[in-house]
Amino acid sequence: MGHKTCFHCGLDSESKTITFDDKSFCCNGCKTVYEIFSVNDLNCYSDLQEAPGATPKEIEGKYDFLDNEKIIEKLLDFNDNHTQIVSLYIPHIHCSSCIWILENLNKLNADIGASVVDFGKKTVRITFDSENYSLKKLVTLLNSIGYEPYISLEDYETGKKKIDRSLIYKLGVAGFAFGNVMFLSFPEYFQVEGFWLEQYKPVFRWLMFSFSLPVVIYSAQDYFISAYKGLASKILNIDVPIVLGILVLFLRSAAEIIFDLGTGFFDSLTGLVFFLLVGKFFQKKTYAFLSFERDYKSYFPIGITRMTTEGIEESVQVYDIKKGDRLIIRNEELIPVDCILIKGNARIDYSFVTGESEAVSKQSGDKLFAGGKQCDGIIEVDVLKSVEQSYLTQLWSNDVFKTNKDNAFTSLTNSISKHFTIAILLIAFIATSFWLFTDSSKALNVFTAVLIIACPCAIALSAPFTFGNLLRILGKKKFYLKNANVIEQLAKINTVIFDKTGTITSNKETQISYDGAELSANEERLLKNTLRGSNHPLSRALYNILDQNDNISLAHYQEHIGQGIEANFQTDTIKVGSANFVGYKTETASLNTTVHISTNTDYKGKFTFYNAYRKGLSTLFNRLKKDYDLAILSGDNAGEKENLTKLLPPKTKLLFNQKPEDKLEYIKYHQAEGAKILMVGDGLNDAGALAQSDVGIAISENVNVFSPACDAILDASKFNQLYHYIKASKSAIKIIKWSFVLSFLYNVIGLYFAVTGQLEPVIAAILMPLSSISIVVFTTIATNYIGRHLE
Amino acid sequence: MSVIYVLLAISIIIAVGFFIAFVIAVKKGQYDDSYTPSVRMLFEDELVKENSKTQIITNKD
Repeated sequence: MGHKTCFHCGLDSESKTITFDDKSFCCNGCKTVYEIFSVNDLNCYSDLQEAPGATPKEIEGKYDFLDNEKIIEKLLDFNDNHTQIVSLYIPHIHCSSCIWILENLNKLNADIGASVVDFGKKTVRITFDSENYSLKKLVTLLNSIGYEPYISLEDYETGKKKIDRSLIYKLGVAGFAFGNVMFLSFPEYFQVEGFWLEQYKPVFRWLMFSFSLPVVIYSAQDYFISAYKGLASKILNIDVPIVLGILVLFLRSAAEIIFDLGTGFFDSLTGLVFFLLVGKFFQKKTYAFLSFERDYKSYFPIGITRMTTEGIEESVQVYDIKKGDRLIIRNEELIPVDCILIKGNARIDYSFVTGESEAVSKQSGDKLFAGGKQCDGIIEVDVLKSVEQSYLTQLWSNDVFKTNKDNAFTSLTNSISKHFTIAILLIAFIATSFWLFTDSSKALNVFTAVLIIACPCAIALSAPFTFGNLLRILGKKKFYLKNANVIEQLAKINTVIFDKTGTITSNKETQISYDGAELSANEERLLKNTLRGSNHPLSRALYNILDQNDNISLAHYQEHIGQGIEANFQTDTIKVGSANFVGYKTETASLNTTVHISTNTDYKGKFTFYNAYRKGLSTLFNRLKKDYDLAILSGDNAGEKENLTKLLPPKTKLLFNQKPEDKLEYIKYHQAEGAKILMVGDGLNDAGALAQSDVGIAISENVNVFSPACDAILDASKFNQLYHYIKASKSAIKIIKWSFVLSFLYNVIGLYFAVTGQLEPVIAAILMPLSSISIVVFTTIATNYIGRHLE
Repeated sequence: MSVIYVLLAISIIIAVGFFIAFVIAVKKGQYDDSYTPSVRMLFEDELVKENSKTQIITNKD
């Protein structure tokens, strides 16, 4: 079987199996577009309505909460008369067909007006007529064409977000002023002594002055604020010498033109601010479609079905749930609050909360915790606690979620800048006092010249460009970092801690081994056919590994919830399930998940399920062990301990049965002992640990679905490359150090002119951009070189 | 009045005009999503062609 690509858009379609007309597609959108084009001879407008592609994924009543006025009101961007506008997040948007389909929604339903897709954010903004149409209908329609919007509690809380565009404005102002000042300063640089220039010099100068005003006042204001804050807390950050440079440049230039001493340094001034802002802009690369700030709110549903005392079902907002309410939880729905099971078969998947991979069965009267997902039919529950007071959500009241990691560490640039600022001030004062005695008329000139030329533009640029570029390179390798600081933190770590389930094991695969009496061909056929009828995840996994057999129709088939399956065919009976259920008594307590088989009351054997570890796990650990302390913190039981000890280097610490708080405390304890910790996790149960660690990386099989709050998201397929990514971040630090050396060289040259009192504006105007640009070129080439060695 | 003032005035007016255009563009959100429009632009052509086809068909009816 060759590599399958989507027939329509050419993207990889291996992971999903949507075939139509013997062609494979990556999504329903592409399939729909293909159908429209091929079947209907490009006559797409009128035929879009008949587009099938309806995925039967829809669960009845799933969107009932969209009938609730209060919820609708919160979700809408705009609501006036009959026009409503809503922005929906659709994780599935991934190719150009998706944009095409979603922007032509109005052909599917006349009540839908314009719809605009933002591909980067994976959102669609839809205008519709609320008189004949409703949000619920719209969401159901989207769901039916394969674009299910994701609506969570988070959407309910965040109001209309304001987009901060101030950096673009500031950059625009600085660039505009820089360009114009450049032109205006040319005449004097190429000055031909003459009457003409003398006559118009003041005009050029004052124009330059007025162009530079908005740059100093508006564009550079962030540097002033930051420098002020730094000084207020007694830190000499990099912005202090920058602000010093900007101020001196501006004041000296102004003085020069007022007293007609010279042309001033307005071009250097505006250029400096412009380059600095470009660096800031470059570093600010963010992955709009990923969110690094998620908490439980992005997992929880907005609305839930409540049963009133009269037995009527109604949709209520999750925050309105009170103790004692009776709720209805449908299949695949998340339980939002702690509650007691009243009615129905509960099989709860707690993998979000505990990391435990198997769903657990609960009986009526058992307590259910918030965060579990019901996987088997409808249940009724009585509420014990409100959302905020539930067991899971209380984790978020831990202080670790309130502190901002970025403020806690001093960056490389800032630690250099401390020494740098002091050195520059020293040089300035020494040079000035020397000139005071030799030629006092030049003293002030020299003092300002030193501060101007030493303005650490190149130093300030090296980190943003190195990190910004590496951030992009790593992003292409499917390692998405929250911001540039993460790279610096990553280079500093000395301990790596992994979660087990979902992190070093793959969620998609399990390894199954059989142990017992060999099954005859008939028995195997019976087993396979028995399993076919069951939806239990273990049955599905087992079914997939058994050889293909003929389909037979079973005479009798019964599933005993929480125990196993029983089936007959002709004279044979088979029982598949727990040890007790199949009548196997001698079972010693095994920590691994097992499925036992018996036929006609004879015990046959058991299938044991092991976690399938990710490819390259062993190699990764062996590489990491040289430089880092390693540990595994698992929420699961110790069933895999033996297996893991064989697989991993002997020094690796293995800890099992760790609750979310235990993981957090473990990390806190080791941090107190001076460890810099990288935590690699995946689920909500790791959220505390990820937040507490110095760098928290969330592993995700599909980056579009949700991962807990973290500093970086790593695509699971790149898990084995983690070591190289950490190495790359270390090389980035090296690059920055080298570019510091480079910019010091420029400073030495510049300082020579400055202290000897020969700094002309034209020299500053050449030296400043030259140093900045060469730093940018150097860091870009060097980071690309690192990037080429990454897989 | 020397011609230099006129030229300076013109050049600055033009520059400021472009600057205002830039500010308006940012304000309208043209810089918020820099990818989708590049794809959307390619659809337009496709649709126009189909549109004319549809019209021909409806005309026949």
